[in-house]
Amino acid sequence: MVAGRPEWSDEEIMTITAAKILKDKDTCFVGIGIPSTAAILAKAMHAPNLFLIYESGTVNTNPKKLPLSIGDGELANEALSVVGMPEIFNYWLQSGRIDIGFLGAAQIDKFANINTTYIGESYKSPKVRLPGAGGATEIAGACKKVVVILNQTKRSFVNKVDFVTSLGYGQGAGSREAYGLLGGGPSKVITNLGILEPDPKTFELGMTHLHPGVTKEQVRENTGWDVKFSANIQTTAIPEEIELKKIRELYKSSDR
Amino acid sequence: MARFLDLPAAISEFVKNGETIAMEGFTHLIPFAAGHEIIRQELRDLIAIRLTPDLIYDQMIGAGCIKKLIFSWGGNPGVGSLHRFRDAYQNSWPQKLEIEEHTHAGLTNRYVAGASGLPFAVMRGYLGSDLFHNTSGVKKINSPFNNEVLTAVAAINPDVTIIHAQQSDKLGNIMMWGITGVAKEAVFAAKKVIVTVEEIVDRFSPKFNSIIIPNTQINAIALEPKGAWPSYASGYYERDNSAYIAWDEIAKDRESFLKWLELKVMSIKNSDRNK
Repeated sequence: MVAGRPEWSDEEIMTITAAKILKDKDTCFVGIGIPSTAAILAKAMHAPNLFLIYESGTVNTNPKKLPLSIGDGELANEALSVVGMPEIFNYWLQSGRIDIGFLGAAQIDKFANINTTYIGESYKSPKVRLPGAGGATEIAGACKKVVVILNQTKRSFVNKVDFVTSLGYGQGAGSREAYGLLGGGPSKVITNLGILEPDPKTFELGMTHLHPGVTKEQVRENTGWDVKFSANIQTTAIPEEIELKKIRELYKSSDR
Repeated sequence: MARFLDLPAAISEFVKNGETIAMEGFTHLIPFAAGHEIIRQELRDLIAIRLTPDLIYDQMIGAGCIKKLIFSWGGNPGVGSLHRFRDAYQNSWPQKLEIEEHTHAGLTNRYVAGASGLPFAVMRGYLGSDLFHNTSGVKKINSPFNNEVLTAVAAINPDVTIIHAQQSDKLGNIMMWGITGVAKEAVFAAKKVIVTVEEIVDRFSPKFNSIIIPNTQINAIALEPKGAWPSYASGYYERDNSAYIAWDEIAKDRESFLKWLELKVMSIKNSDRNK
């Protein structure tokens, strides 16, 4: 760390970087964890009109503290409306009303396909069984854009995921169209090392940003494919004091 | 028409070994007291449906009640894994567990079809996911009106649906508010319905976002204050996040789970459940 500069954790820079992507008046479908923290942070900072929907049925909610679960009372109490799940998935998500969907992942591959189902050789006898799809499959299908947030390691960034829970770009160009998916697919992947975006022609994920202090070597060591770097690679903005202060207040307010 | 019964009587009359059971409540209003009563009555070979198995099915799986799980997200919300579910699925303890896995949107639409008396519902979903080839009740369908290829999901009609609601009136109509998930759909899809309630009131006063299910759609109502704990009942008590966090340790190994099962379920009455 450079003297006199604020220090931050991986989770903090991932969350703050994700928050900055969200624009005021976006409609955002949010999951628990970093996605939720990023959305609440964005609303508290630059995007007060961000329209947040959680799959539990809370529409335009404005939580003041971080929920532990997707259906915490805080999310319902602070919502404009609470609706049943058929309405959330059919009327809001499937119909194409969501601008940005936020997803986590256990594994992601070079075409941004997401696995949250299992790690191992086969579905029937997994090495590690994970929670599964939840809302993710249809979020990945229907949102105009999808932002994925996860730590970048050789185990999580793989050439090919063990199981495609949620489709990114399949085998590359044309895959999403072949399945009739109406949403745009993953536009950014935010990690502890930087940001990846799909190549506009091949749809392969490449690094467009490195977080301050992160080297290309570190990225190579932590990626399971021969990852490309964009020609004019940028450095992610340094988290500002005010952002770090706000995010730490949010952490303190919750049962983590 | 709804009858007021105590919970042991309601479970023993309306839930039978081998039946298909849906115990819904998305994070909120999860019918834990009913789950514990099912464990105490040692019901077996249930085919259990829930979007999120949550702690309630983790406990019932560990206790040996469930033969097959139909679900769409199998974790401990905000905490991590469901260890009893994993141990049953990966190591067949205490017995083999079959699974049928869906997405939230898919399972939701399966209840909608069941509630609507249709053989299937139509949606956009599953396509492009490997889940499509590893589940059942999900097929492609051509739109009869244009060239789109969509997804058909088979109706679910549980033998029994059990939910927890905030209130019943004296006539056995029930009212719930806050996050209601797929509770209404699961009720209308079911052949038999049991509802546990926090309180029986003379008359409902309208609440934010409330839904009311008429007594004609319900078989049994059982008064169970704190019946959704450690989940919550909006207007009555909050989610006990610490209990969800503590469950991770309890469920991690078989011995501590069995100790919990004996102390907190088998050897007590429901009214002492959260003491």
